[in-house]
Amino acid sequence: MIEARNLTKRYGDTTAVDDLTFKVRPGIVTGFLGPNGSGKSTTMRMILGLDAPSAGDVTVNGKHYADQSAPLHEVGALLEARSIHPGRSAYSHLLALAQTHGIPRSRVTELIELVGLEAVERKRAGQFSLGMGQRLGIAAALLGDPEVVMLDEPVNGLDPDGIRWIRDLMKQLAAEGRTVFLSSHLMSEMALTADHLIVIGRGRLIADLSVDEFIRRHSRSIVRVRSPNATELAALFASPHVSIDALEPGLIEVEGLTAPEIGEWAAAKGFVLHELAPQQASLEEAFMSMTRDDVEYHATASIPETEKVEAIAA
Amino acid sequence: MTVTSLSTPSSLQRRTPAARVTQRRVALSEWTKLFSLRSTRYTLFAGIATTIAFAIIPALINASRWSTMSAHDKATFNPLESSLIGVNLAQLALGALGVLVISGEYSTGMIRSTLAAVPKRLPVLWAKAGVFGTVTFALALPAMLIAFFSAQAILHGHSFAGHDIALSISDPGVARAVIGGALYLTLAGLFGLSLGAIFRNTAAGISTFAGILFVVPPLLEVLPSSWNNAISPYLPSKAGQAIMQIGNPAHTLGPWTGLALFAGYTALTMAAAAAFLKRRDV
Repeated sequence: MIEARNLTKRYGDTTAVDDLTFKVRPGIVTGFLGPNGSGKSTTMRMILGLDAPSAGDVTVNGKHYADQSAPLHEVGALLEARSIHPGRSAYSHLLALAQTHGIPRSRVTELIELVGLEAVERKRAGQFSLGMGQRLGIAAALLGDPEVVMLDEPVNGLDPDGIRWIRDLMKQLAAEGRTVFLSSHLMSEMALTADHLIVIGRGRLIADLSVDEFIRRHSRSIVRVRSPNATELAALFASPHVSIDALEPGLIEVEGLTAPEIGEWAAAKGFVLHELAPQQASLEEAFMSMTRDDVEYHATASIPETEKVEAIAA
Repeated sequence: MTVTSLSTPSSLQRRTPAARVTQRRVALSEWTKLFSLRSTRYTLFAGIATTIAFAIIPALINASRWSTMSAHDKATFNPLESSLIGVNLAQLALGALGVLVISGEYSTGMIRSTLAAVPKRLPVLWAKAGVFGTVTFALALPAMLIAFFSAQAILHGHSFAGHDIALSISDPGVARAVIGGALYLTLAGLFGLSLGAIFRNTAAGISTFAGILFVVPPLLEVLPSSWNNAISPYLPSKAGQAIMQIGNPAHTLGPWTGLALFAGYTALTMAAAAAFLKRRDV
């Protein structure tokens, strides 16, 4: 369980995280969704106590992270930026982390096998591909067999095989009763992995709802209708709740009516239909329209927020 | 690379025995970190090698030229100083390594993994200082002894005013100077480590270290000599190196007073590093 209360982080004049209050519950996969630069990574760093909040508070399993006596058993985290010394081997990296908690070497070997890095465990991590580095980060996150697993953009740089592996792993960890919290800027990825969503934009909470609810609420139902009587049909359907797009002569898209409704109306009036096809608007579009107002840098030439924040933090 | 196991083994479901972070465990972790980097091993070796080489080389040169040297040169030849001169180079290697022990974590992002595992933070600094200090002393002491004994063995048999110029470890102040040299190198390494923690940047840490220890002392020579003589004994490097001098040279603190002052500077820098580490975002 992760609980954030009025969590805020300011860097000079920039507010990276703005009064966030949310709970991440055990037993399900919670997605942390927001455009790049919306404050996801900063929030995760505050959860781990790496950054101190400017205001508000965040606890993990009821305690501040820094007050945990065995933090790696409470939270296993993969941060977006690489957090590995490139001169050290995968094995030594994991061993050094394990030793802080008295975790045995056998557990290190086990994790290396789990993420499939046996063949390269003695190689310097600097020679790893992005995907291998990501696997090493996931091994480090799972080292302490943690109650809470928190991953920042975990599928970055993974091949399709690896992406499916992460999804299955996350679902399994949640099924075991753990709290799984993972960030992404891709709604389509979340729709496949997450059960619940926390959506932020420009550091502010936009939505906290289940994935099913999100899909129900945000996927518009559009029906494509092809008919020689398209113009008459358009006139027939006209109402404040219905919007109609004439794509080409004889082809319209109707939003606000279901396919059966349209079919029945057309039959009642004796109009011929050549095509009656419901169109699913993509979740990505829904997510983008939801956060559009909250994205700071549409087409302007300003510096993206992430870079600003990093420049100030550095 | 292929994924060999897509499924999660049942072991994930087994809780590892409840453990907690302790200072001793963090020290073990820092030991692993120190020796799992190739650069550490090379730099430590370089520190040892220069200490010994720069004892042997001057001894060989002076011994071979002894019969033709002027009486003045013979009178001013300091067999102790010439055998401990390598300390000047070794301190640079060890100080730079001290900086890197911590700045390397910031430049690579490793610090986030480290502090996520030890969020109380200070145990990491104490562990780094403890492990690095112990390793440095454990290597510097034999290096100093080897440097001293090999140089004196080479000088043995050459005499001035009826005395053999080679010193014995039992001569007054000699054992203190040789062992003190190892203590000085250890403190120099820890001073570098503290600077690395304060600056969190390798270049800034090393240049500050070199600036304080190597650049400031000659700069003071432009001052009127009464000022220079009053100030320079209190500079970190001059104070610390007083431990390696025998006799009673002018404008120098007493050997233990000087070393204690250098230890004090190091402790203050370390305290500042601790305060910053505890407070700053990573």
